[in-house]
Amino acid sequence: MDGFLNAIVLLANFALVPGAAYGSQLALGALGVTLIFAVLRFSNFAHGETMSFGAMITIFATWALQSWGVSIAPLPTGLLALPIGIIVTVAVVLASDKFVYAYYREKRSDQVIFLIASIGVMFVMAGLIRFIIGPDDQIFADGARFVFSVRDFRAVTGLEEGLALKTTQLVTLVTAIVCVVALFLFLGKTRTGKSMRAYADNEDLATLSGIDAGRVVRIAWILSATLAVIAGVLYGLDKSYKPFVFQELLLPIFAAAIVGGLGSPVGAIVGGYIIAFAEVLVTYAYKRFLGHLVPPDWMPDGLAQLMGTEYKFAVAFVILVLTLLIRPTGLFNKRAA
Amino acid sequence: MSFLVARDMRGGYGAEDILQGCTVEADRGEIAVIVGPNGAGKSTAMKAIFGMLSLRGGAITLDGADLTRMKPTERVKNGMSFVPQVKNVFPSMSVEENLEMGAFIRRDDYSATMDEVYALFPVLAEKRRQPAGELSGGQRQQVAVGRALMTKPSLLMLDEPTAGVSPIVMDELFDRIIDVAKTGIAILMVEQNAKQALEIATRGYVLQHGKNAHTDTGEALLADPVVRRTFLGG
Repeated sequence: MDGFLNAIVLLANFALVPGAAYGSQLALGALGVTLIFAVLRFSNFAHGETMSFGAMITIFATWALQSWGVSIAPLPTGLLALPIGIIVTVAVVLASDKFVYAYYREKRSDQVIFLIASIGVMFVMAGLIRFIIGPDDQIFADGARFVFSVRDFRAVTGLEEGLALKTTQLVTLVTAIVCVVALFLFLGKTRTGKSMRAYADNEDLATLSGIDAGRVVRIAWILSATLAVIAGVLYGLDKSYKPFVFQELLLPIFAAAIVGGLGSPVGAIVGGYIIAFAEVLVTYAYKRFLGHLVPPDWMPDGLAQLMGTEYKFAVAFVILVLTLLIRPTGLFNKRAA
Repeated sequence: MSFLVARDMRGGYGAEDILQGCTVEADRGEIAVIVGPNGAGKSTAMKAIFGMLSLRGGAITLDGADLTRMKPTERVKNGMSFVPQVKNVFPSMSVEENLEMGAFIRRDDYSATMDEVYALFPVLAEKRRQPAGELSGGQRQQVAVGRALMTKPSLLMLDEPTAGVSPIVMDELFDRIIDVAKTGIAILMVEQNAKQALEIATRGYVLQHGKNAHTDTGEALLADPVVRRTFLGG
């Protein structure tokens, strides 16, 4: 029995809890992608850089707050700096809409033109970020490191294995829940939120009903950028901030949005967790986990790892390809793409 | 003078005029029906009245007010309401939310209007929580008409409301449309099912090549041997 409990605790510590935190970060990122797709009908490739940009601004604000001695310990100062990151990033994203995408909307350009324009925006932002903060790793998490540590857990339960919960993981989970609940209340209950769904559902009829298209588009950008910054900052707090890593995040985020069905908020959330848990569970080394469950003679010689961690993006890619082959509209999409 | 007067309309999408000086009128409590062969400009005439197409000539007045230069949204504020032929509901939103979106431009309390719509279409009240996209074709048309009624229009325009529904559902829809007219709303309708539509029409317009070919009461048009032979298939 102890062996079984130890195995579960071990798996929770190294795979389930980190997976849930990572999944929440992907889900928030994918929600932003899916909102833009629902309203503007294109895949925004600059979304990863939006996350990165927001995280960068938040890091600067964090440094400023730290230098003034402001602290909200045990919570990380980054949370206090988050609103500044959101405001600046929303302004930048709205400017990109005004100077780039508005022109193509006016011309009623094809979806693919928007997509290519967004790749351009991505490169400009990527260059800007490297120019401003540099390509190096930045660690900006402060405050208490653990809610409870492996040692605390062992002392309380008396088990051989321990389970730790990092402050950043708890912050991630709580923030994700708050954001998702707030977003769904907005979309489901408010007049503006409903008008956004109406516009996503049937653009012409929405315009006919007196819904202002320009306003809906602006709100979609604001929401998408806000979610992007939150996702980026949470990821940066949980791991670290590095421009290149954030650029790579685009793949799992798009995989999440597509697996769930582009345009479907519920799908984006489910997709985020599917991709996260798949990545974590496929690249986890099960040797010690098996050690608690099977007799010593049965133990494998290797690490019992399905795939090296350096291949984690391959997992997202395989799921993405499988989804596109089997169910190209995604799990939760009603509308044909 | 009639409540709605769309006089001598000329215009089209490209260089060529589809409408070549046709006139359509409707009065409150009446059903005016536009019929005619394919390409006669029936739907175009309706779109022109709603302002989705700019006219090169002619004038549109509603209750004496000139609406000729207004955008569709402004026309909605002036009492017009339009039900497109296709894509006329928000499929992923519930029936109730569809009605709410219909009332989007209203800032006052529209719950009374919603109750009236539910009284008119009892089946919608039953399915108010269901997504409109999951309803049958006839029910979806009722949602579309209900949505258009939420602005409390004085003129309701329907672009082929019975396209693609079964004959039984068509009769049912026409009955509902008669009920709507009885509440004092002017109805202007474009129809493919010319015979059935003219049966309920107070006024009928037969268009051909963008011009008025025959204009009379629905009954008289149905009885007219020329109209019967040329447009109604004997």
